[in-house]
Amino acid sequence: MALSVGCTARPGKSRSNRTGSWRVFRPVFKHDKCTKCGICALVCPEGCVEQSEDEFYEANYEFCKGCGLCSDECPAEDIEMEQEEK
Amino acid sequence: MVDKSLELFDCGHRACGGCGPAIAARLILKGAGKDTIVVSSTGCMEVFSSPYPETAWKVPWIHSLFENAAAVASGVEASLKKQGRSEKVVIIGGDGATFDIGMLCISGAFERGHDFTYICYDNEAYMNTGIQRSGATPYAASTTTSPAGRCSTGNKRPKKDMPQILAAHGAPYVATASVSYPADFMQKVEKAVNTKGPCYIQVHAPCATGWGFEGNLTMKMGKLAVETGLCVLYEMVDGKVTRVKKVVRKPVEEYLSTQKRFRHLFKPARKDAEIAQIQAIADFNAEKYGIDIKLKKEPAK
Amino acid sequence: MMQFMEGSLAVADAVRLCRPQVISAYPITPQTHIVEALADMVANCTLDAEYITVESEFSALSACIGASAAGSRVYSATTSQGLALMFEVCFNVAGMRLPIVMTIVNRALSAPLSIWNDQQDSISLRDSGWMQLYAEDNQEATDLHYLAYRVAEDHEILLPAMVCFDGFILSHTYEPVETLSQDQVDAYLPAFRPYQRLDAADPISFGMFASPDYYMEFRYEIDRALERAKERIARAGKEFGKQFGRDYSALVEGYQLEDAETAFVAMGSLCGTVKDAIDEMRAQGKKVGLLKIRCYRPFPGPDIAKALAGVKRVAVLDKNISLGSKGAVGLEVKDALYGSGIAVYDYIVGLGGRDLKKSDIAAIAALAEKGQGDQFYGLRQEVLR
Repeated sequence: MALSVGCTARPGKSRSNRTGSWRVFRPVFKHDKCTKCGICALVCPEGCVEQSEDEFYEANYEFCKGCGLCSDECPAEDIEMEQEEK
Repeated sequence: MVDKSLELFDCGHRACGGCGPAIAARLILKGAGKDTIVVSSTGCMEVFSSPYPETAWKVPWIHSLFENAAAVASGVEASLKKQGRSEKVVIIGGDGATFDIGMLCISGAFERGHDFTYICYDNEAYMNTGIQRSGATPYAASTTTSPAGRCSTGNKRPKKDMPQILAAHGAPYVATASVSYPADFMQKVEKAVNTKGPCYIQVHAPCATGWGFEGNLTMKMGKLAVETGLCVLYEMVDGKVTRVKKVVRKPVEEYLSTQKRFRHLFKPARKDAEIAQIQAIADFNAEKYGIDIKLKKEPAK
Repeated sequence: MMQFMEGSLAVADAVRLCRPQVISAYPITPQTHIVEALADMVANCTLDAEYITVESEFSALSACIGASAAGSRVYSATTSQGLALMFEVCFNVAGMRLPIVMTIVNRALSAPLSIWNDQQDSISLRDSGWMQLYAEDNQEATDLHYLAYRVAEDHEILLPAMVCFDGFILSHTYEPVETLSQDQVDAYLPAFRPYQRLDAADPISFGMFASPDYYMEFRYEIDRALERAKERIARAGKEFGKQFGRDYSALVEGYQLEDAETAFVAMGSLCGTVKDAIDEMRAQGKKVGLLKIRCYRPFPGPDIAKALAGVKRVAVLDKNISLGSKGAVGLEVKDALYGSGIAVYDYIVGLGGRDLKKSDIAAIAALAEKGQGDQFYGLRQEVLR
């Protein structure tokens, strides 16, 4: 693709960088004790925790770096970190 | 009310796992809303969000140099005014860009009274260049330019009081915040962008890499800073403190002992004098801002 | 309308007619009369612009970046130390491809402190990606502003421009200047149409960083735009001539070059003195001429080679010195004439306001004829250590 004038870009381009490949531990949203409070989504530095139609939350593993903040901050302790199998 | 469910900071950025400033970026845009033009200084956030062409910004965004964001924003604001446009102007700079190298531009812009909100994400050192001390680095923190050593206990000076300096410029709204209190932070951003004139928010944004803790603990680290009284959350309207977050204070050791940058205060030998000095800083803050919740004493039997 | 005006005020009037929407400047001698005049126009509603009274030149140009990126036509003016303080910002403006126009009232750089004229300030920014136009007199100084905006904002160019004119010698001197009407300028300079801008309705990220995979190509694109600017400047100069009778289509301009054996090369107000000296020398039978460089960036090397093809020797008058080397213009003229066999001699003259008289020009011609050059001219030997 030809360069933009002056090194500019329009939104959406960062999504081509799939940061999920960085992950060593994976958050598993168990939806067991979840109260759907949404703290996991709020604290995620990636903004990759999304609410699905059933109002439960899930991490988008394309981008989740596996930092574990959602798991640590979950008041219901309903997100478990599991080692990625590579 | 701004729609805080909007995600205006995109996935795919290159921040470290558990990055405090990345959380700050998301919360800032949630508080400010989509009709916002962001001016960024050079720094961690700028770099992890804008490698050409992979921008993470879904709002109009401009980065020029390290030290000139406040001046660039002055021009943006003047242009919008001239065109009769209504977008909000939000500047985001790290503590190095804000406390140190950008001070001239910031002072000038606040004195001129432009209508913008300046948000400093304070991770207490130059993290982008490899954890060098800044004017925001706390007392006794070990950084790569204030290393602890045989004849050094780390950074020699306490943190510069930037919010007070900008309040003294006549800023109508000045607030401190922490990424660990997201609702409070977003509310302050929303308040600032809707206040006419130059507003300042300093948001404490723990850096796992720079401070030396695991990325899953970012929120806990920010909370500990507040709970120990080392980071005070308050609002100032027209130079007067109007709201302060009160806490049941914990000893500063609980905060210090969990971070590599303060490890030299505990190993190989405990440095009581330095720890006491840091506790004195927290005590001073507590007294100055009245943050202590006084627990009722058990009545004597 | 012909008016007898101070140079600074003539330039300020031209800037007003260009309808800048945001002005951001910091006072510095000898630029002050321009920015004072503009502030007065804004205060009296004869100019509808936002005027930002910044706390430094560094912020002056930084604010221009923000205003330009947000979609406004912007203006600034500075000189010497102020321009040096803008160094970092200048490179940034060009790299971001923002069509900012800035007047440079040429002045020496400290130390020692000097408020007087030479061209070291703008010459030192020659590598920054800005177009640089140098005016010989106040008429040209005003006209070049209209031209600069027109070329800078051309979507095929999108580069900033410095209009340079000599401090005090021109800026504080009264000369007759033909001023234009708003209708005339509007007919020449279309309203500002940003190529891209900061806009919540269509968000764009400006000022991203480039990895080694992209950086060189971005720099190459700036260089290519400067190359294209040669033709656009010529076209805009020709159009100006058609509309107002003063043709600026030539990037370099010859004076008595046709049969000249010795040719001077100069920029700025010095050209006037040289022309007078040439007239006197010609009267004595000396075949001398002048090549005036109006456009220094982009550097019109082929135009210079063509214009000087018939001369025996060239004497470049440099009001600057690349310390440890030679005069900047001299070096580039040598490059332009490389392989031609024409001898090029460089003379460092007029630094820090040192006057250069017609007799000095004749003396320099004599030095060149003797093959003596690449030297400071006019040093006071008695004070040297």
